[in-house]
Amino acid sequence: MFIIDPHCHMVSRTTADYETMAIAGVVAISEPAFWAGYDRSPAGFIDYYRQLTETEPKRAAQFGIQHYSWICLNPKEAEDLGKAREVLAEIPKFLSRPTVLGVGEIGLNKNTPNEAKVFQQHVQLAIDAWEKQEATAGKHHLILIHTPHLEDKLKGTRMILDMLKDFGSAIDPSRVLIDHVEEHTIRMVKDAGYWAGMTIYPVSKCTPQRAVDMIEVHGAEHLCVNAAADWGVSDPLQTHRTMLEAKRRGHSLETLMTVFYNNPAVFFGQSPRFRLKPLRVTEVG
Amino acid sequence: MMLEPRMTAQEALDAYFLETRAKLLEIAATLDRIERLPGGAEASGDARLRFVAEALELLKSGGPGRAERIQRLYSMA
Repeated sequence: MFIIDPHCHMVSRTTADYETMAIAGVVAISEPAFWAGYDRSPAGFIDYYRQLTETEPKRAAQFGIQHYSWICLNPKEAEDLGKAREVLAEIPKFLSRPTVLGVGEIGLNKNTPNEAKVFQQHVQLAIDAWEKQEATAGKHHLILIHTPHLEDKLKGTRMILDMLKDFGSAIDPSRVLIDHVEEHTIRMVKDAGYWAGMTIYPVSKCTPQRAVDMIEVHGAEHLCVNAAADWGVSDPLQTHRTMLEAKRRGHSLETLMTVFYNNPAVFFGQSPRFRLKPLRVTEVG
Repeated sequence: MMLEPRMTAQEALDAYFLETRAKLLEIAATLDRIERLPGGAEASGDARLRFVAEALELLKSGGPGRAERIQRLYSMA
């Protein structure tokens, strides 16, 4: 069974994790730009974007994994508007790199006015940079959105949906994935026409069992599952554990392929840089 | 669109009971631990423990969507 992990922070993993993921069937990883565990200088972001677009694809390729990334100033550091202005000015040149899928993971952290302003600036950048660079189908770069943790998630998700709505027809919901949805936010994200991502992560996010519950209740359409696998006590095989839970409940190979391979392939395939196509499983004989 | 069910309720109960029992024990042990440690009586007034108590009442109340209701209980307005 092949898997695409749509949200995995490989800069915080050793190379052994790439090997483990490859053995477990991962063929592609998408890695959004995130908080490094400390607040960086603008120059630090440039180095980080180079790591995402140069070093990680090479590390992944040793094990036959395609590595893609997203570029942004993460929500946790968006409180500093001066830093945001400097960093956002640098982002367009990285958006044209051959393994970059779009702008992300933008979003909110504590739902502050400054975070909201920087979120809106990123969305506008995704629109403006696409018009200048791509000239292909689609209205804007793909956008990957982080929703806040824990008690901030419900309010933050509502704020994000409202801000996206303010962009009107300039935003195509099919080109936006809103991540880290849980039981109280998944319906509002899907009803608004966006893709939804579920992150399988101890304590602060979701378990494999709850994720499969949400797939069963809300359907497999426009839904992805990811391991995040970042600085906390995390596991790059949580996506696999979720697939195992779905198998344990008797869900079909077609459902598993939809959620764990084809959905990410369809969403990312909207970028001309993503090289994998959805697969169809056919029984022979 | 909801997926077709692949298990019966009895099968789910058989599969998940022991795990649920273990999680209930974890909750019980955590509450015991907080109460027996120095300052336990004062800690009992903490908003987080009131949230736990409300969540447990919500579990007893029955009906669908318990996980979503607990998420909303814990959410900032």
